[in-house]
Amino acid sequence: MLMRKLTRAALVTTGVIAILAGTASAQDKVKVTFLFDNAPSTVAMAEALATAFEAKHPNIDIETESRPGGADGDNLIKTRLATGEMADVFLYNSGSLFQAINPTQNLVDLTNEPFQANVIDSFKSVVTGTDGKVYGAPIGTAMGGGILYNIPIYKELGLTPPKSWAEFMANNEKIKAAGKTAVIQSFGETWTSQLFVLGDFYNVLAADPNFPADYTAGKAKYATTPVAMKGFERQEEIFKGGYLNEDFAAATFPDGVTKVATGEGAHYPMLSFAVANIKELAPENINDVGFFAIPGDDAANNGLTTWMPSGLYIPTTSKVQAEAKEFIAFVASIEGCDVQTASAGAAGPYLVKDCKLPADVPPVVADLLPYFQEGGHSAPALEFLSPIKGPALEQITVEVGSGIRSAADGAALYDEDVKKQAQQLGLPGW
Amino acid sequence: MAVAVADGAVPIANPRRKSRTAGLYPSWFYLPAAIIFAVLFMLPTVASLFFSLTRWTLQKADFIGLENFAQFFREPFLFQGLVNTLIYGVVTSGLKVVLGMLLALLLTSDIFGRGYLRAVVFFPVLVSTVGVGITFTAMMHPTQGLINETLASIGIKGPGWLTDPRFALYSVAIVDVWKGVGLATVIYIAGIVSIPLEYYEAAKIDGATSWQRFWTVTLPLVHPATATVIILSFIGGLRSFDLIWAMTKGGPGFTSDVIASVIYKQYQAGFYGLSTAGNVVLFVMVALIIVPLSMFLNRKEVDR
Repeated sequence: MLMRKLTRAALVTTGVIAILAGTASAQDKVKVTFLFDNAPSTVAMAEALATAFEAKHPNIDIETESRPGGADGDNLIKTRLATGEMADVFLYNSGSLFQAINPTQNLVDLTNEPFQANVIDSFKSVVTGTDGKVYGAPIGTAMGGGILYNIPIYKELGLTPPKSWAEFMANNEKIKAAGKTAVIQSFGETWTSQLFVLGDFYNVLAADPNFPADYTAGKAKYATTPVAMKGFERQEEIFKGGYLNEDFAAATFPDGVTKVATGEGAHYPMLSFAVANIKELAPENINDVGFFAIPGDDAANNGLTTWMPSGLYIPTTSKVQAEAKEFIAFVASIEGCDVQTASAGAAGPYLVKDCKLPADVPPVVADLLPYFQEGGHSAPALEFLSPIKGPALEQITVEVGSGIRSAADGAALYDEDVKKQAQQLGLPGW
Repeated sequence: MAVAVADGAVPIANPRRKSRTAGLYPSWFYLPAAIIFAVLFMLPTVASLFFSLTRWTLQKADFIGLENFAQFFREPFLFQGLVNTLIYGVVTSGLKVVLGMLLALLLTSDIFGRGYLRAVVFFPVLVSTVGVGITFTAMMHPTQGLINETLASIGIKGPGWLTDPRFALYSVAIVDVWKGVGLATVIYIAGIVSIPLEYYEAAKIDGATSWQRFWTVTLPLVHPATATVIILSFIGGLRSFDLIWAMTKGGPGFTSDVIASVIYKQYQAGFYGLSTAGNVVLFVMVALIIVPLSMFLNRKEVDR
């Protein structure tokens, strides 16, 4: 009895093994894993890219996987790189966050890949390691950090997009007098609090072109550079003016996007990529939202602080680097741009030569493009000019923006935070 | 099977053998536990002491002496975090002692549906902390939350429970008490039930009121339970992290940061050496507070 059972079990097991072996040989595909953040627009774009690529390359199977964004995502990327568990292709920020993942040691050199010929140089510079090699390729579009505004409110009150900070504050006063929320903040998600500081960088650079170099060398500080400190002061000014939405401390990013789109508030300081979220959360209001750069003191020199898109990278631990490179080359091609536009909508200009935007872009993008074009004024955010970005900025700007801490105190605290990051990166002069 | 039992019984049955030094089991019985303890507990402890002295990127570690500890104590939010940790520990463990005792008295009396009520009080202990945190965060929303909407319906404008820096830490502490008081209650129920009824009878014969019976019989004799509840909930309060992180992430800003959340943020930012140093500090601090407290509470127990 027992013997017969054992025999049967053995037979079943061999059968299963045979079946498994059969399927494996029939489907002789190379599997490439692809990791990206879980923002709905990124997921849509990444899935569409994977599908389009697989259709062209039937021998390669792209296995997609999403991860949290923000500080949790930073943590996950660093840990997976350190433990050798990173996906074959992964999406991550360019600029200072890219520098913090130790690219020269962890990533595969992509300098001499043919597709780099079509990548615009300004992007290459933000995915270049300390050894001068290029480690990434662009995915998504460039963005601007500025203020989303509700067009119907502007029309109703007869306002025009401001060119200087004084004009902006005058608009806020009129909106407040009309009984509306002038400025939306969403500190329920702390990262959304940083725009007044980070998005003011065009104005910092216009006044002090040496700031990034001095800052990286540990010579220039926020607390002792008046023009850099302005961002903190402006955030404080907005709070003191009483312009904020009632639930600013608990509102989340989707709340903020919905409010500015539906006219529950007039201004929302945000990156222009939020246009994808407007499309998702309030599609019928997509044409009610416009965009302008955070204005500085001088109306004559009005310009935009820009953000580079994220990059795609290959970890040195990947066993299918050739296939991973093929996938990246596809993403950074004109065809790849078109797939991205179709799936997520373009939120700004692409960093691949000759990639075209559709003619009927939403107003946010239409307002954004002139800053990038000939004769427009724009400058990259500090995180693309210096490897240092302090991790606690978002908590500090929440405190300054809710009146818990003064602007001067906040700037000094941020200088301390930056020092830790510089030491961790092993920069000279700290 | 039977043979084994007889073998095991021999040392106890035979007083001539010196079984005390040999122990009840052969020494290799302890080996698996010892290996697990060494690999999973001793080794990481020693390693963390080492890494707390380095600037660590997970791939390389530069020895920098006590610099991390100096940095950690310079951390502007750290002092606030220390104070918050103590406030949180004292508030949660104090409330758990008082409420746990009251609930236990209620649930050991002859009330209707006692078994059901005991289960209800204990139920929050079983629910996931993060789930509780998310639920209460929604209920404590300043404008759309259940609590403030209820208050608004009777004409009171509720504060921003989690968004006002004055209340955030206490709001989390109260949720912690709601979630943890069931455990304290169960410990107290066990303590109260184990008090021999003779004492109450004697007190009754002497004419003690129910108030006097509580102060002179129940309270002193339930002391071991009190010591357990204080120590468990105080340690829990000092190292609490999950609920605070789920509800405020230390915010708004840094106002409800405790040591554990400060440490976690350093880890998140990639300052691995610094956060390891923070953990060493937390370990030392908990030990410095709990060891004397535990000795004090236990000595009292012997005295009585």
